[in-house]
Parts: sequence; structure tokens; C-alpha cells
Amino acid sequence: MPKIKLATKSPRIDMTPMVDLFTLLLTFFILTATFRPQEAAPVDTPFSVSEKPMMDANVMTVVISKDNRIFFNFDNGPDTILKFRPKILAEMGKRYNIEFTPDELRKFEKSGASFGVSIQDMKAYLAAKNSDERIALEKGIPIDSADNQLALWILFARQVNPAVQTMIKGDADTDFPIVKEVLDMLQDKNVNRFNLITNLEAVEVTEVTPE
Amino acid sequence: MAEIIQEEKGKGGKKKPKKGDAHVDMTPMVDLMSLLITFFMLTAAFSKPKVMEIVLPEKIRKDEKVEPPKIAESRTLNIILGPEDKVYWYPGKADPAVTVLQETDFSATGIRQVLLDRNRALFRKIDDFEQQVIRGEIDIKQDSLANAIKQLKKDDDTGPIVLIKAYKTSKYKNFVDIIDEMSIVGIARYTFTDITWIEENLVNAALGIAPVTPAPAK
Repeated sequence: MPKIKLATKSPRIDMTPMVDLFTLLLTFFILTATFRPQEAAPVDTPFSVSEKPMMDANVMTVVISKDNRIFFNFDNGPDTILKFRPKILAEMGKRYNIEFTPDELRKFEKSGASFGVSIQDMKAYLAAKNSDERIALEKGIPIDSADNQLALWILFARQVNPAVQTMIKGDADTDFPIVKEVLDMLQDKNVNRFNLITNLEAVEVTEVTPE
Repeated sequence: MAEIIQEEKGKGGKKKPKKGDAHVDMTPMVDLMSLLITFFMLTAAFSKPKVMEIVLPEKIRKDEKVEPPKIAESRTLNIILGPEDKVYWYPGKADPAVTVLQETDFSATGIRQVLLDRNRALFRKIDDFEQQVIRGEIDIKQDSLANAIKQLKKDDDTGPIVLIKAYKTSKYKNFVDIIDEMSIVGIARYTFTDITWIEENLVNAALGIAPVTPAPAK
């Protein structure tokens, strides 16, 4: 009678396929992750029950910070080859007789962050070496009627990219009059459809009240 | 990678490779990887902010000879966003002698109840429709559901026409909140308009501030 031999093999589990799979997944998620550039001003968006996610491309965002400064941002378009950002900046420069070097345009294209500087300060802003220098320049985009640069930015953004959609990202504690000013200005430019950027509200109550 | 030298091979021969040495303990690596995967998956899914769409009516410019649309006074509900998250409302047309502002807030029993009372018929209709879809009585695709609800809202002629106005010290949050309420309650027609001096004075009176002089007519 043969003896019943106990398995001498170690109870180790071969983890190689698991590690392989994990590596693949990890690579996938790292590559698909989009890192948002650091915002110039912290903005706590208000809450809403809207579940519509924000679009990836073709957006221009007016950011209104708590201290009533206005920032603006737009993307490069659905394809990076389109290079909408430098085109819009070049248009804007032409209007103010400021010539931007290819180097500056490239820098602007790459940054992807919202900016809150007047066009006159843009060169210094692009040349800034660290974020402290940049923050010092960010006084907000002028919107007074004498020099309404935000209106021009919006005009050129829509000229260069006709499919652009308007986003308004305001801090919950922003005073309403400044938001109103921005809304009025957008309406003057025939933009009547806005998307307000909000956070999804944790509690949603849609109770049905009895008659 | 760790399994190149197999244990069985060395059984017969004398030159046994040392057992176990070739095994690399991969547990910490797996731990770390699962953590990283979790992190990247969650950030990919939740980093996207949400947007709330609003459409404002086209502005009527001074040089255009277009009359602003007339709306029935009986269906009009005015909402004024006040300071410190207060909400004032009154029905119909503002008359400094008659109109009394009602004060409420953004809680579920505040402005939502006011709106719901006036919009019950439409709210019911939308809710019934959604329930039927959930129960499977109506076979409809998700994207045409939104359109069907839009159509229901379009056809409605009983609900209120809400005019939203903002007092000068209100916050942006209030504006988002009130538009949010509109979508919660399913108001079909609402718009945002400028506050008039009459209304401003009504709010001033409610707050105990001296009334302002009427602005010259534009």
C-alpha cells in the first residue's frame, strides 16, 4: 500500500499574474489620469443637485474668487493640435499691440491654469519663475467699462473656437453684484446659456408632499 | 519571474538549488499597488465637477423695438434673494402700498414649500411619469426621458412663472441655491431679472434700512 504522502509543496500562492494585472491597471489609471493645474485662487463652489458632469473640452471658464477678483480660463480644444490657447492669446495681444514670442505662447499653451492678470501684465506673468511672483501679479482681469478685458477675452475665445461653452465658477461667498456684472457682460455678447460649476450635494431631498 | 527555478526539477539530482530563495515576497508590492490603483480609480471618477445649466432670456437692447414678453400677473411669483440667506417672495406685481414681502429661507420647508404649493400639478405630472418609467410601464430610453420631461414642462400652463431677483448684498451661493430649487421642484418657467427700486425698498423696509430714492428711469 502506498503511503499517503502529504504535499510537501509550500502553501505559497503565485502572485505573479496578480502583480502583472495590477501593474497593467495601475499604468492605465496613471496614464488616463488628468492632473488639473493648480488654481490661482481657492474657490469653494456652491452645492447643487445637478448631476451633469463637466465637459472635457470646448469650455471657457470665468472664475470669480471670494475677494471678487476675476480669472479666466479656456482650453486647447478637443485636440491638442488645435492649440486654441496660444491663438486666443495672440489675438488678444494683437488688440493691445503686444507681441508675444513663440516661447511665451508655448508657455501659455502648456500651463492650462486660469489666469487673473491684465493683458499688460501677461508678459511678466508668463516670465514669472515661481508661483509667488505669479500670485503677486494676479489682481484679477479688469472688467470696468473703460477697459473691459474680460469681454475681449470672451470675444476672442468665441471667435477662435465657436463651439466653446461658458462656465461660471464662483465662490459660494462671492457677492452677487459682481456675478451679475459678469452675467450682464456675457449677455451683452449674446451668451445666454451658462453652466454654473457646482459640487454635488450630499443630501438630496425631493419629498412628495401629500395634498 | 520568481518561478523560473521550479522546485520539482531539483528533486532527483544532488545539486539541489536552495529552496525558497528564488521566491520574492510580493505581498508588500501588491499592497502598495492595490492602494495606488484604488487612489487613481477614485480620483478618476470623482474629480469631475458637476455643472448646472441655466439659460437666461435674451436681453432686449435699447435700440431694438421689441416689447418684453407679457406674462400673467396671477401666475407670477417674485423671489428676492436677501442678505444672510434670507429669501423674500410675493405674488403678482409689486405695489409699494399693497405688497407685503413674505420672508422664508432655503430649508426644505422654506421656499421649496412655497414653490411646491404653486407647482403641484406639474410636479405631480413629472413625478408620475418618472414613477411609471421606473415601474417599467413606459418604455423609454434614458436620454429621451429628459426630453419627455422637458416637453411636459413646455406644455404646462398652470405652474408659476418665477422671477428671481437679487438684493445687492446677496451671495452667489443664494443664486445657485434658488436655481437648484427650481430644478428640484420642477418649475417650468423661471428667469432672472433685475431688481426694481420698489422691491429694493421693500427689502430695505424688511431689514430696517432707510429706503433709497428711486433711480431715474432709464
